[in-house]
Amino acid sequence: MLSIDILLNAIVTGILLGSVYASLALGLGITFGILHIPNIAHPTLVVAGAFFVYTLTQWGLDPIVAALIGLVPFYLLGVVLYAFYSAVFERKGGANVLQSLTLFFGLSLVIEILLSLGFGSELKSVSVSYIGSSLKLGVLTVPYRLLIPALLAPVTIAAVWFYLSRTNSGTAIRAVAHEERALSIAGLNPASVKRHAFGIATATAVIAGAALIMVGPIEPFAGRYQIGRVFAIVVLAGMGSIPGSLVIAIIIGIAEALVSSYLNPSWSPGVAFAILLLGLALRPQGLFGAAR
Amino acid sequence: MKTRRQFHKLMAVTAAGLAAPAILGSKVFAQDKPIRVGASVSLTGPLASTKNGQIGYELWRDDVNAAGGLLGRKVELVIYDDQSSAANVPAIYSKLVDVDACDVLFSPYGANLSAPVMPFIKQRDLFMIGMFGLAGNDVAKHDKFFHSGPWGPNSGRDWARGFFDLAKAQGVKKIAIINADLEFSKNAAKGGADVAKEYGMEVVFNQSYPPNTSDFSSMIRNINAGDPEAIFIASYPADSTAIIRGVKEIGISDKVKLFGGAMIGPQYGALLGSLGPELNGLVNSHTFVPEPTMQTPAIKSFFDRYTPIAVKQGVDPLGFYIPPFYYVAGQLAAAAITGSKSVDPAKMAAFLHANAVDTIVGKIAFTEIGDWKERRVLMVQLRGIKGNDLEQFRNPGHQVILDPPSLKTGELAAPYNKARAS
Repeated sequence: MLSIDILLNAIVTGILLGSVYASLALGLGITFGILHIPNIAHPTLVVAGAFFVYTLTQWGLDPIVAALIGLVPFYLLGVVLYAFYSAVFERKGGANVLQSLTLFFGLSLVIEILLSLGFGSELKSVSVSYIGSSLKLGVLTVPYRLLIPALLAPVTIAAVWFYLSRTNSGTAIRAVAHEERALSIAGLNPASVKRHAFGIATATAVIAGAALIMVGPIEPFAGRYQIGRVFAIVVLAGMGSIPGSLVIAIIIGIAEALVSSYLNPSWSPGVAFAILLLGLALRPQGLFGAAR
Repeated sequence: MKTRRQFHKLMAVTAAGLAAPAILGSKVFAQDKPIRVGASVSLTGPLASTKNGQIGYELWRDDVNAAGGLLGRKVELVIYDDQSSAANVPAIYSKLVDVDACDVLFSPYGANLSAPVMPFIKQRDLFMIGMFGLAGNDVAKHDKFFHSGPWGPNSGRDWARGFFDLAKAQGVKKIAIINADLEFSKNAAKGGADVAKEYGMEVVFNQSYPPNTSDFSSMIRNINAGDPEAIFIASYPADSTAIIRGVKEIGISDKVKLFGGAMIGPQYGALLGSLGPELNGLVNSHTFVPEPTMQTPAIKSFFDRYTPIAVKQGVDPLGFYIPPFYYVAGQLAAAAITGSKSVDPAKMAAFLHANAVDTIVGKIAFTEIGDWKERRVLMVQLRGIKGNDLEQFRNPGHQVILDPPSLKTGELAAPYNKARAS
């Protein structure tokens, strides 16, 4: 059943899905990839962002506008979360990975329970005029439900990467991961820089949340299904490579779509990890990560 | 400083205190103790949308206690949250039996969560009412297990036969089947494929997909390439939404006469409200709908009381699919206890095997493995839905019963594309 229209549509669908995955992985790329904090609560924060967007859309706002409104509160939420993490672990002699994982696992559960209590356990979705219709381009049929959220990822990633690479405070964020003491000698407070970075990472969760709820309905526990895939993207891109995560996410998206179309959709969840294992075997530092 | 006499007094009081539960628990006092009914409910986790069933349990308990209890004893519910995790279920039921000393057990919701408890029930020879676990007793074949759900005999294969009966009546020769990779959906799809084969239909596409798949465009294109006349889908709520939206985005062949079958989600208020008119034309399974052939004073009274509680608790305000059958579970237990005048599992089971029971959803008689003798799964067609107002679903005409014939309230509107546009 190898028809050209099914092949082309599968590739385009894969690119769009991959782009959405990149949105989901962006915040983790900052916290885990740059700050080396294994924030496994990030997918749950994305779901919290989706519920924030859902709430504002009930008042008639577009999901993207709702996400932009959510940037500041989610940034502040991230700042508070890092302050707590820092107070519990870093000021008491440094956190080991297991302690950090436990903390963020617990945080994830707390957020899920709060969302359940606040919104109930029913699926929530947004109703926007462009959801349900498609863009027809020759043999291609591109659902706006995927196209619009997919366009968010490159824009957000470009904005974050521009900030990290072209501004002083962005450079400080990248520097803090490499040599914290040198940053102190330069007169900057590493804790303050990390807090700011964590705030930015959490703010991206609300953008990813808007993408997630446009693609399909969500429930408080939806973040659990994304953890493996987003970690695979960040690790395979190379720790700290933000643009690389977009490329890897799209590769995974295309591979999943092709496996779904031509082999068996049930195999698609294993695709990200198969690519991860293959990629790490060839390049342990990640495909876009610098060798150390 | 304590004297020896004071010490002996203290020991006597302590011994009496320790012995009290044993004395109070003896048969002398057993008749005064409440009858304890134990269950796990998914109050949290991915299956938490089923927690509105607990309202059914509680309404039944309140009704029974208001009428004086069972055998002169009050009924007490002991319910724990299984967090939608099968891993939690065995420990919960061990506690319900060994610590809480429950007399009757209701299973967790569905086949996935019920499966881990079946070996325990069989081994300990306990009495249990099953809650929506499709083919839940087909392996264990425990003679003290009874379904509250209307799956009927040979449910693994036959519960959705109504969909295929409708397809056969429409002259369908080619059918596509897709299902989620989960116990309930896999069983439904396998049974559907067997029935399709029995009816001489060619299965032109038969594929499963992983849970939480968010995009079905590739699968819908592949289905269209197979040119089927009916599409049988066994999905869960999030996938059901994605499939319905995918069909709207990608389109489906005009040859398709029936679309749906075993989609979980369109039975719940959340999806009915969010998808609204997008559901028009869908032919899907259900357990109860407010059509004239199903309305009775008893079921009306149930929903009159359920709705305000559900609204207050923030759960499905319609509650057609699950809550009435949780109430039915209580009615079955009550019939077994009062009929056998006992809470002995063997006597209760013998009564239910020998007698049909009147419930708010009608009279129920059981096979030797506790299936309903008569399958009463509905195939309904959603139609005439306008906007997203949930209240319209309380009126007849929007969920028309096509099967079984005894409850039928309308004819199939086909093909699917025409019914969708209606």
